[in-house]
Amino acid sequence: MTANDSSPHHLQLTRDGQLRHFLTLDGLNRALLTDILDTADSFIEVGERTIKKVPLLRGRTVVNLFFESSTRTRSTFELAAKRLSADVLNLDISTSATSKGESLSDTLLNLEAMASDMFVVRHSQSGAPHFIAESVTPGVAIINAGDGRHAHPTQAMLDMLTIRQKKGQFEGLKVAIVGDVLHSRVARSQIRALNELGAGEVRIIAPGTLLPKDVESLGCKVEYDMTRGMKDLDVVIMLRLQKERMEGALLPSEREFYRLYGLNQQKLALAHPDCIVMHPGPINRGVEIESAVADGPQSVILNQVTNGIAIRMAVMSMAMGGQVAERQQKLSERGQA
Amino acid sequence: MTSVNTSGSSLKITGGRLFDGYSEERDNTALLIRDGRIAAIGEAAAREDADEIIHAGNSVISPGFVDLCCNLREPGNGQKGNIASETLAAAHGGFTTVCASPETSPVNDSSAVTHLIRDGAASRSPIRVLPVGAITRGLEGDLLSDMAGLAAAGCVAVGNGSRGVRNARILRRCMAYAQTFGLTVMFSPENQALAADGYAHDGLVTSRLGLLGIPEVAETAAVMEMLLLAEETGVRLHLSQLSCGRSVEMLRDARRRGIAVTADVALHQLVFTEDALAGFDSRFHVRPPLRSESDRKALIAGVRDGVIDAIVSQHQPHDTAAKQAPMAATEPGLSSIESVLSLGLELVEMNELALPDLIRALTTGPAAVLGRTARLEEGETADICLFDPDAFWTPDSKTLVSAGRHAPVTHRELPGVVRLTLSEGRKAWPQTAG
Repeated sequence: MTANDSSPHHLQLTRDGQLRHFLTLDGLNRALLTDILDTADSFIEVGERTIKKVPLLRGRTVVNLFFESSTRTRSTFELAAKRLSADVLNLDISTSATSKGESLSDTLLNLEAMASDMFVVRHSQSGAPHFIAESVTPGVAIINAGDGRHAHPTQAMLDMLTIRQKKGQFEGLKVAIVGDVLHSRVARSQIRALNELGAGEVRIIAPGTLLPKDVESLGCKVEYDMTRGMKDLDVVIMLRLQKERMEGALLPSEREFYRLYGLNQQKLALAHPDCIVMHPGPINRGVEIESAVADGPQSVILNQVTNGIAIRMAVMSMAMGGQVAERQQKLSERGQA
Repeated sequence: MTSVNTSGSSLKITGGRLFDGYSEERDNTALLIRDGRIAAIGEAAAREDADEIIHAGNSVISPGFVDLCCNLREPGNGQKGNIASETLAAAHGGFTTVCASPETSPVNDSSAVTHLIRDGAASRSPIRVLPVGAITRGLEGDLLSDMAGLAAAGCVAVGNGSRGVRNARILRRCMAYAQTFGLTVMFSPENQALAADGYAHDGLVTSRLGLLGIPEVAETAAVMEMLLLAEETGVRLHLSQLSCGRSVEMLRDARRRGIAVTADVALHQLVFTEDALAGFDSRFHVRPPLRSESDRKALIAGVRDGVIDAIVSQHQPHDTAAKQAPMAATEPGLSSIESVLSLGLELVEMNELALPDLIRALTTGPAAVLGRTARLEEGETADICLFDPDAFWTPDSKTLVSAGRHAPVTHRELPGVVRLTLSEGRKAWPQTAG
């Protein structure tokens, strides 16, 4: 029996199917994902101008609410908001309120009093942005910038944009995600996006200790042996390995992990010659990836970063648009009533 | 607490259907209650006069429900409820006996705390409260509590609350010591090392939502260990709140081998599954976690064939803030005691459970675990629940009595209205002013 119907995808869409929050890729269909990619494509040009601004969010206040520290994701969100002409406030909550014992609900009440239009949320607990989206005043958009092990939807979409730029389309592509899938919000969102966009095959390459229970149910195949797993690949996505994983008895050593699951030139040679190499960053050279591969001709790691700004501009402008449309609809309904 | 029926006054229930878990359904002619006891039943009762007569109509007359696991939150800081609020909620749910979990603050690990609970219940509870003592000091799992002292002070059993077990050596000594005094031990089977930081069933939903899972083996390994240790020590073991189908199988085998073991399941485990968490609904953060549909079915089968003796509420009232956060930061538990009967009746409606099985698991089953009876016979204590299975109510902030507002179902009509709860012949529900 299902207890309720407040699943994430109902929460993040308006009645007519527009984005109003961006929390997860679950429940977003191929048309909407393609729309996000197309919108991002149109913003790439903005980044190439001398004056890198469009007025879509002029007069809006975007609050970067980072309960977990991050450099790259936060700066690309900040740049994206500024290129959309929004006013940006960066709040590093990990070092302030919550460490003084304030609950998330209370922190939110205080921030809402500042009349913001959008919260970009990163949190160490899965579901935190969803919780925030359920508790904020209507009209405020929530963008998930990574929650626990759950989702990192803007990262997955910038990866999809990078794949589409390099490969043209998704049909028939063989894609592998290598490494710590268990703890990875990035991998969960990528698997979902690749399935929805029609990739031919999604493979997970990892040892048993780094796999979630019943991972195949997410829409992927499991391969323990990387040399077999690299065969015929069009895209290989490496995941970051946290050093703490050795302490929890998930892995014996970095050295053994690198030998079995690290990407070097020999293993890359087993894939298609035009296979691209991706990594959400920050990379651990010599732990999950060899420098020669990370800096090599097949690597698109820096393209991913550039595309991150365009994807975040797309998602922010679309969610704000959905909120505005919803408000206007409510006003006109009230007018008629 | 004022009671309408002062000693000496009498009450008669006419009509209705009698169910008591020992015999077949009987049509009721009349049931006479006098001096806290069932004075007469049937024709003998019909002939007698009474100070008050209640017409049962098509309602069910059952022994009052017995809950083996209820959190009354007293002693405690009061935010989550207290003896008065939670026992009244229990009476609203048709319960006349609740076992008070040792997980209070401070923990019920000494006779002083047990007396505090009993004194509170004596003055402020409309129903019977039976404290369960902590088997280890502070429920820390390191040092034995004064079990003999707890029993002398009135604890009916000793247990680990909802805490798991960390150390099999200590578990073995707990059992051996409790066995010395013939105490029943109530254990929630959870291997703490395997459960680790988890808070949801390790399965499809946790994998998709990135929640931290508690694997099934955290329970099954603990059940196996406890069964073996119970067999060795000879202690009377009661397994609290099973959640896995495999646990039911192991229990069935152990019983066949003649091990003195009983078990219960929380009603929400029979109704909901891991799917309840799909929208990150922190209300359904419970422990043990809601598991898969096949587990739910196996638990129901266990209740049906009696391998699982009792259905419990596992009532865990909380203040609102304790449930308002991302799931990992919330406290586990539902405010469930007022909807046990109603959700059970929905299972009956869906043909998953028969009404006599439900009533047995709420009355004679749990009573037997405590070495008590729950009969509707002349001379028995008048602990009675009269409920209308065909009437509806809607749980919401107006109708719920508990301090905890996180009931499993709210704002939807549920079948089953408790019309009258009698505890030792006194009206525990509804409470009348005065």
